[in-house]
Amino acid sequence: MDFGFIRESIPLYVDAALLTARIALIGILLSGMIGFICCIIRVMRIPVLRQAAAAYIELSRNTPLLVQLFFLYFGLPRVGIVLSSEACAVIGLAFLGGSYMAEAFRSGMDAVSKVQIESGLSLGMKPMQVFFHIMLPQAVTTSIPVFCANIIFLIKETSVFSAVALADLVFVAKDLIGISYRTDEALLMLVIAYLILLLPISIICSLIERRVRYAEFGNAGVVSGH
Amino acid sequence: MQSLGMQVLFQGTNFLRLLQGLWVSLKIAVISMALSILLGIFLGIIMNSKKKWVKALCRIYLEIVRIMPQLVLLFLVYFGASKHLGMNLSGELSAVIVFTFWGTAEMGDLVRSALISIPKHQYESGYALGMTERQVFLRIIIPQTIRRLIPSIMNLLTRMIKTTSLVVLIGVVEVVKVGKQIIDASRFTTPSAAFWVYGMIFFLYFAVCFPFSKAAAILERKLRD
Repeated sequence: MDFGFIRESIPLYVDAALLTARIALIGILLSGMIGFICCIIRVMRIPVLRQAAAAYIELSRNTPLLVQLFFLYFGLPRVGIVLSSEACAVIGLAFLGGSYMAEAFRSGMDAVSKVQIESGLSLGMKPMQVFFHIMLPQAVTTSIPVFCANIIFLIKETSVFSAVALADLVFVAKDLIGISYRTDEALLMLVIAYLILLLPISIICSLIERRVRYAEFGNAGVVSGH
Repeated sequence: MQSLGMQVLFQGTNFLRLLQGLWVSLKIAVISMALSILLGIFLGIIMNSKKKWVKALCRIYLEIVRIMPQLVLLFLVYFGASKHLGMNLSGELSAVIVFTFWGTAEMGDLVRSALISIPKHQYESGYALGMTERQVFLRIIIPQTIRRLIPSIMNLLTRMIKTTSLVVLIGVVEVVKVGKQIIDASRFTTPSAAFWVYGMIFFLYFAVCFPFSKAAAILERKLRD
């Protein structure tokens, strides 16, 4: 191990980690939005859009991100649509993540009992009000563990961005291996960088999960008590 | 000109080569999946052990797999092993090692939760009928667990297949690499080849994964009823 080399390469990794984090953040926010829109379309049973959303979800869940990125980055310019590698990365991540988030919302929505919806409607609430005030809060709480898993999954998926010439962590590590042949140091730094990026998120997620499960048990008790 | 671009897919043996490339990916996925199922069942049983240190060890293993991107693991094995163990692992072998390492953890977690979900009275009824622990496990618990696991195994398989697309980055000649070769070969005759070839690969992955995930969804619904 050459610690001097490691110290010298830290700034490179920090830059790359920031880039990864930035793209992951934008991608995750966009995926959340896409997932939410798909969820509204599904719950409100909007005719044509519903089929389109279902097709999109199947298409994006059954293809690898790397192939999606290659299509965006190398394929589309051939028909006149040129995207920068950052734009490709964000679009790819949002395209992939949107369907995962949509499924998370869906499982939460399915878990809301019918009685809740009917009670809301019979109290004179509009469908939109029932959706926003009754269904959504419950759905989001039940799906929090799934959201957490998706966030970790999407951050991990950012590791393939090096393939579309984005200078992310893997790109830097590969570069350093190529330039200096210091495989160990470069790989060690890569592992540490991902640990620093993901370990806190993973820990926070397990804490939230435990908290939510705790609430769930309380609710179950109340329901069965009646 | 658009219609001409599409022809590159069917020129000569191009399409056959793409399918052969896909076969390489699928082979890696299926071998890793088979190994993961075997090892994962053991891991799942071990994870239910009451010993503290066993639990802690499993927890660390799962956490590593949960946090490290598969690509990083691939790099570690592919570049690391050749340097330290003096072994020249082929890309395929590294991929199988990494995907098995990853799949075993996922599978172990699935088996563990499936085992927990079997109600206690199933064990107790078995014992009350005078069956030994081994018999209860083999004849009552394992068959029910497997039934519950099949949809999750299929989902894991589609994830495995999708993840095999990463092996192109450690130099395995699979479908994406073959696609690149075709694009490079027809760079001057058909400039729009990249669009069609990557579009085709996109579709091929979809065609392979979609039946599995659909079947998994149907089975899941059936199990719930």
